Amino acid sequence: MSSAFLRRLQVQVVTLLVILLAATALTFIITNVLPGDAAVAILGDNATPADIASLRTELGLDRNVVVRYVDWLSHALRGDLGKSYRTRENIATMIGDRLPVTLELILLTQLIALAFAVPAGILAAYRSRTKVDSALATVSIGLLSMPAFVKGILLIYLMSVLLGWFPASGFKSLSDGLGANLHSLALPAMTLALAEFPVYMRLLRADMISTLQQDYILVARAKGLSVREILLGHALRPSSLSLVTVVGINLGRLVGGAVIIETLFALPGIGQMLVNAVYQHDQFVIQGVVLVIATGFVLINLLVDLMYALIDPRVRISG
Amino acid sequence: MAETMATVSAPAKPGAPKWREPGLLLAVAWLLLLLALAVFAPWLGLVSPEEADLLATLEPPGAAHWLGTDSLGRDTLSRLIWGGKVSMVVAIGSVAIGLAIGGALGLVAGFFGSMTDRLIMGVMTVMLCFPGIILAIALVSSLGPSVGNVTGAIGVIFVPAFARIARANTLSLRDREFVLAARLIGASVPRILMREVLPNLMPALLSYAVVMLGVAILAEAALGFLGLSVRPPQPSWGGMIASERSSLVEAPLAVFIPAIWMFLTVLSINWIGESVRRLFDIKAQTL
Repeated sequence: MSSAFLRRLQVQVVTLLVILLAATALTFIITNVLPGDAAVAILGDNATPADIASLRTELGLDRNVVVRYVDWLSHALRGDLGKSYRTRENIATMIGDRLPVTLELILLTQLIALAFAVPAGILAAYRSRTKVDSALATVSIGLLSMPAFVKGILLIYLMSVLLGWFPASGFKSLSDGLGANLHSLALPAMTLALAEFPVYMRLLRADMISTLQQDYILVARAKGLSVREILLGHALRPSSLSLVTVVGINLGRLVGGAVIIETLFALPGIGQMLVNAVYQHDQFVIQGVVLVIATGFVLINLLVDLMYALIDPRVRISG
Repeated sequence: MAETMATVSAPAKPGAPKWREPGLLLAVAWLLLLLALAVFAPWLGLVSPEEADLLATLEPPGAAHWLGTDSLGRDTLSRLIWGGKVSMVVAIGSVAIGLAIGGALGLVAGFFGSMTDRLIMGVMTVMLCFPGIILAIALVSSLGPSVGNVTGAIGVIFVPAFARIARANTLSLRDREFVLAARLIGASVPRILMREVLPNLMPALLSYAVVMLGVAILAEAALGFLGLSVRPPQPSWGGMIASERSSLVEAPLAVFIPAIWMFLTVLSINWIGESVRRLFDIKAQTL
């Protein structure tokens, strides 16, 4: 651990805090300045103005936005994310219940996507500009031309309605057994993976092609190493920098995809929680989920940055 | 990301797209057809897209209804054409917003550097902390579902990406000789930005914009799926697929036909985008 490395870490952590502050403040502004009010959402359109006013006072909505933000922030720093306007449930508990579902979904998605994208990317690079390569390119453009929920509906039709292999919706938790749990997450994870696969494959293919033109690959070839050894032993690791970055960044982006897919497959994750909170103007729930997502996103970026050093020794020196 | 690395340079001959390539021609033809249908929809003598006929629900394609009917007996073809209008307005409008605002911010950030750069790009990074669709859901659900609000919300989430591309390319341009020459002959800053830098940014920004048209259609469909695009009974592609989802077992075509229609559209856009990208991406051509 050089001092350059530590300084880099320091800068990253400060940036992280600034971004989290800004992201939560921005959410506060959006949920407050835009029309639509939690009190109206709770009481319905027929409520009298007096009722709305008294509920607003009760919920603390009549205070200044800045005061409320600072108040929320000081509680959040102590791990108290407040209570849902609607259900009076503790938000930290709600998130604790739902986050594992989303995390498992995202993790499975990445595993499935990488399991297909890495071999396909290597193949497309090694056989670049052949029929295999252009077939894979066509498949990936096709996959990118469909919204996730349509892919989900197609998979439901194929694997659930026609073949009956997987349930069309619903979630089984780990307490029902790992098999049942994975079985219930298979279709949603495949749906999301179909959107990640082409991105990963194209990235790896592009980097791999430029790696394969390096001199040391020529040397390896001259030494008489097998194609397998050259591709997997020599070319894969230096070609995976962009892939690692994007896989990391996508962990955050996938939460967005999870919103749609959790709705489609009725999975009780934080994506679905967020959508419901948005519909109901349940401000502190939105705030809490955004805080969790933004924290995760920023931490992942930090992690990806540190991973660089492991994959590419040059980064370690230049800092 | 690959898009951000698209370099600004004159197209080299060998990698230039073959405009006579049949797939590309089909893609252009399909989009032109859709555009014409959307523009001339009121005069085509179509059945009203909102007229329900409960005696003819979930009909397969036939002489009376070329592409069948939905679960309320509404004509699918007519709904697809009118829904296409929504998709196109949203796609073109939101990309224009992202391109104009993001492009301008990136140009200014890249050209002036230092604090201006850090401030603008800081805000962009914060925006990128929200998964785009979540920002769009929050904006549309607060402002109310309408074509204008959907366009604005998707446009806003496009801003950071355009800003990054514009900034990256401006950085590589601002110290080039022709910019220096313009400075030396005393050209004003706005003039340098508009006449010297901006034209050289356009290839990268526009080739990204083509791809984003497809992304915008997909985003509008996703919002439609969540019930956050135009209000029913007005048709939108995402809304059509979402509302027929419950008929998937008895009448899969009612779901698949709109899905295929949208797929062909976004596929055409991506196909053209790919060709445009190849035209400007010197890096890929040399491989």
